[in-house]
Amino acid sequence: MKKFVAMSLVAVAFTIITVKATEAREYKIGFIGPMSGGAAQLGQQMKRGAKLYMKLHKDQLGKHTIKMIVRDSKRPGGPIAKAAAQELITREKVELITGLIFSPNAMSVAPLVNKSKTPVVIMNAGTTFIPNMSPHMVRVSFTMWQAGVIIGEHAASNLNCKTAVAGYTNYPPGKDSINAFRHGFEGKGGKVVDEIPMGGPGKVPDFTPFFQRAKSKKPNCLYVFVPAGNHAAAVAKTYQALAMRKAGIRLIGPGDITQDTQLQGMGSAAVGLVTAHHYHMFLKSAENQAFVKAWKAEYGANNPPDFVGVGGYDGMAAVYAAIRAANGSKLTSAIAMKALKGWKFESPRGPIMIDPETRDIIQNIYISIVRKKGGMLVQETQKTFKAVKDKCKELKLGKCGKKLY
Amino acid sequence: MSPFLNEISTVLVFGLAYAMLLFIISVGLSITMGLMGFANLAHGSFAMMGGYVTVTLVTQSGVPFAAALLISFVAIALLSIPFERFLYRHLYRRSELDQVLLTIGLVFASIAGVTFIWGPDPQLIQMPNYLKGSVDLGFNTFPKYRIFMIIAGAMIVAGLFYGLERTKIGAQIRAAVDNRTMAESVGINTDRLFTWTFALGSGMAALGGGLGIQILGGIKPVFAFEYLVIFLIVVAVGGMGNIRGTFFAALILGIIDFAGKFYFPEGGAFVIFAVTILVLLIRPQGLLGKN
Repeated sequence: MKKFVAMSLVAVAFTIITVKATEAREYKIGFIGPMSGGAAQLGQQMKRGAKLYMKLHKDQLGKHTIKMIVRDSKRPGGPIAKAAAQELITREKVELITGLIFSPNAMSVAPLVNKSKTPVVIMNAGTTFIPNMSPHMVRVSFTMWQAGVIIGEHAASNLNCKTAVAGYTNYPPGKDSINAFRHGFEGKGGKVVDEIPMGGPGKVPDFTPFFQRAKSKKPNCLYVFVPAGNHAAAVAKTYQALAMRKAGIRLIGPGDITQDTQLQGMGSAAVGLVTAHHYHMFLKSAENQAFVKAWKAEYGANNPPDFVGVGGYDGMAAVYAAIRAANGSKLTSAIAMKALKGWKFESPRGPIMIDPETRDIIQNIYISIVRKKGGMLVQETQKTFKAVKDKCKELKLGKCGKKLY
Repeated sequence: MSPFLNEISTVLVFGLAYAMLLFIISVGLSITMGLMGFANLAHGSFAMMGGYVTVTLVTQSGVPFAAALLISFVAIALLSIPFERFLYRHLYRRSELDQVLLTIGLVFASIAGVTFIWGPDPQLIQMPNYLKGSVDLGFNTFPKYRIFMIIAGAMIVAGLFYGLERTKIGAQIRAAVDNRTMAESVGINTDRLFTWTFALGSGMAALGGGLGIQILGGIKPVFAFEYLVIFLIVVAVGGMGNIRGTFFAALILGIIDFAGKFYFPEGGAFVIFAVTILVLLIRPQGLLGKN
């Protein structure tokens, strides 16, 4: 018995020593995104962003390597993402989870990682209160309130909108987004005259009945939130088909309605749309131009990046920062959170930082307009708001002010 | 210019345009189910294929929209014949479960197939100029495309009714739906009749798939599943195999669906299901179906 104990002690000591000696280590991370079904293009964009970062920064981890295990979350809802996370944590024993396109995906993962203490880097899901659901989560993408408040204020102050109708896809970030819009818009004297839930995120509805309803209310502005992906083109098309511009109704929203990958397909319907967002591929910074060039070299000139791709790219940068901090030892949540709170990065979208208090992103928000140039649709930045924090958490409104774990 | 007239005309015109689309796609499904007693869940796949053929012809080959619709009608009708001859035929006398398993498998295969070729993004087309823009009727404005949809739908409905009620082949189809054994014993070749009817139904679905691109926000791989439920509802409410019933069902459901979403966006998507349940409680065989 004594001999056995002694031997195990030696074994344990040996493992500790090898780890301490920062041997090359393979970090297994889980990536959850929609890889099939209606939102597959979003999963593909996000994965492409992550892979591009890995390709361009191969040497940044020293001798350590990353093994990315991809799991399909299929639908915008929670259960499949949750099962995927559970499998990644318990069977694959991943040390970090990333990806997560839709808010319900991220929300369903929170209780799991609260038990397993697995760090999570959210690459997209934007419902504002998500990081409050787990102390192990950081978000590199955006919050609905960042763009929502700014476009609301801009509409009331600069776009001559006195009344607005707000249409939204009926799931958590949709409600979040119109609350943010109302906060900004009514704060500057505007009035939201109708709120129209426009179906769920799972399938693109025919927007006609909803937009006709909005039209019958005769507002100055129509604010629309839809999830990234296929919804956007349908929004612009319906707006045009119903001659709403002629009726004096201006379409505005967060940049989801002018997502770069969807933009060219919208045709003339998109010209003149004003949005607030943290990224579009026409940003003039050197970082962005290098990024767009690298992206197109990798994935083809006809496959532009968009904010989902940038989310993947920046998310992977954050993962790298966490792994560098662990430097050969196990990547615990404590190490990851310490490394990422206050983490700064020159992203293609501009300088970003993780707020050490809320673990949420601080970034620039751009007011942009869509114009036609040489047969192509482009976005032009009209105004830049620097280092925007999430207002909902600053003001501690509703769930934003609460600890949800 | 009264708001009331504006709202009513909005609901009627947009609802009618949607109803026409529902009818054009569902009628083929109704015939296959009524005539051959075959649960063809892959019907939506034929509609989707029609949409993709139309999109490809218009955007890649520059074929005019109307011609592309006709070509896709013919192409998918022809394509469906080998499916009927070599696959479906063997399952006519098998259980519904077998039929459902085969056709749902085809749906999966078709979704994977079009995703492989065209990718997961929805494919959109630019409309020809005569279908762009809108018509101002004084009390309300309507997109030209919806008006076109209603007119095209009305023509197709009229053509189908004429064909079924006034021609010999129509009489044969009706006879075979009513009593197949009897029809065969008076010398109708029901096998061949099935094949042609099936091809016609699939072609109609393809036409609907092409016409729907503009209304349903583009054509995409999940189309085959997303709209299957509504097509089945139209068939069930109308009564299987009854074209008149399918038409009324499409009309009622199309208009009610639009009105529901227009007046009660919060729960509007469910109105159509409530109506379906109600109709089927009172008439389980559908509006005009036979017991």
